[in-house]
Amino acid sequence: MRLYEISFYEVEQFFYKLAELRDIIKDQGLLTFLPEKQSYDIIQGSAMVKHAFPIFQKGGVVMDVTNVTQAEIAEDAGATAVMVLDKLPYDVRKSGGVARMADPKIIEEVMNSITIPVMAKVRIGHYYEAKVLEALGVDMIDESEVLTPADEEHHINKWEFKVPFVNGARNLGEALRRITEGASMIRTKGEAGTGNVSEAVKHMKIINSEIRSLISMSEEDRMKKAREYQVPYQIVELTVKLGRLPVVNFAAGGIATPADAALMMWLGADGIFVGSGIFKSQDPDVRAKAIVLATANWEDPEIVLEAQKMISESKSMMGIDIKSLKPEELLQVRGQ
Amino acid sequence: MRIGIIAYQGSFEEHALQTKRALDNLKIQGEIVAVKKPKDLQDVDGIIIPGGESTTIGIVAQKLGLLDELKEKINSGLPTLGTCAGAIMLAKDVSDAKVGKKSQPLIGLMDISVIRNYYGRQRESFEATVDLSEIGGGKARVVFIRAPAIIKTWGDTKAITKLNDVITMAVENNMIATTFHPELSSTTAVHEFFLKIVKK
Repeated sequence: MRLYEISFYEVEQFFYKLAELRDIIKDQGLLTFLPEKQSYDIIQGSAMVKHAFPIFQKGGVVMDVTNVTQAEIAEDAGATAVMVLDKLPYDVRKSGGVARMADPKIIEEVMNSITIPVMAKVRIGHYYEAKVLEALGVDMIDESEVLTPADEEHHINKWEFKVPFVNGARNLGEALRRITEGASMIRTKGEAGTGNVSEAVKHMKIINSEIRSLISMSEEDRMKKAREYQVPYQIVELTVKLGRLPVVNFAAGGIATPADAALMMWLGADGIFVGSGIFKSQDPDVRAKAIVLATANWEDPEIVLEAQKMISESKSMMGIDIKSLKPEELLQVRGQ
Repeated sequence: MRIGIIAYQGSFEEHALQTKRALDNLKIQGEIVAVKKPKDLQDVDGIIIPGGESTTIGIVAQKLGLLDELKEKINSGLPTLGTCAGAIMLAKDVSDAKVGKKSQPLIGLMDISVIRNYYGRQRESFEATVDLSEIGGGKARVVFIRAPAIIKTWGDTKAITKLNDVITMAVENNMIATTFHPELSSTTAVHEFFLKIVKK
């Protein structure tokens, strides 16, 4: 169990200070696109409310599902949330074409049949898919490189929404840019739909080592880094003080076994996203349970062993070696 | 004093920091330990069940044989603080606002009736001010995330705070349940109140 020096509330005070600055600019008529300030006693969709939601996902597994049956299997296995997709990343890869948000009717069916949170993906930069999912009432939106990007240059300004967002990142600069845009949660990009955890490992290690190097830098070098990352210097200092990302950070992309999940937790992930790994295997219900058990108990190799014994390697998803993919087939390079 | 925190999933790290600060404020020497296996429960003087997903926490605790042990200890008087998912775990009666009754592994010892996702989904999650003067705290800004509500209490259970007539914190002997998250708030009043029960 990690013990931090700064509490959630103190981190939030920092974000409110940043928001205040935006409000000052807005009050002077220099900004028009931000949502109305709320001043009454009960506030929905504030930064604190959006940043709090992923805290309750920590130590948990979010599972990709495409229908109600899979969602129920995920809930019964102990998933902390489900991510509804039209196609699993493995099938997105196979089918080609433009991958878009899932059918709202299916998302709604899933929302009405399980008690855990329901998330869904939108294309990078696609404001209107996000507006539609917010109207539908999903618990979190994933602005995801697994779908075909709608905007090659920009991401969504997530401060405009009351629903929290999760974004992918391959390095610290990307992660801090997404947090600055209002992401409430970060996940490693990995290489989705491959069943190969190597890229997720790489991204987690890059983020960790970049944070360590920030900590050992002088203030003026950190200022230079902030410019290089294109983020406010204050976010860099907050990251240094915390010794970690200022929001919850999950691992994703290629996780297929309990040991994969435990490895990512050991590397410092707060939790796990499992995509094709479960429902592209031949033992989804047992595997889902085993991955939940291993994620919650990653510090204990004996329990991870027990989880690993629950599944059979011969039933794992086939997997794709990253080296066999052409550069244009990589999903992780979308949206930097 | 040894305070255990169920640490599979959820806001256990935030509870650890808040407990540490509460111990410091009260000038009590104490140790905070993660509880995952039945043996971790030995020598614990109080236990915290954090916010998270009650289904996940219940399923994993049952699988590792912790749930029955925990039930027995709390039943025989172990001071317990359950927040949000923790309050659901403690309640004798649980249903979901949308899906109705669903079976899930629970502790079920506290005389409270709880409705999961009472205020709605994440879109309806909110921050608000609760009055903690009943336990010697002040007004505090707290968050309610997909929060449950305590809609009924009976027996020895006492309602401590309400928000618009809905109970948000209740106490029954050694058990405290909150539907908000004191671990994500600036106040340590709830944790101090809990530690004082442990100290008795």
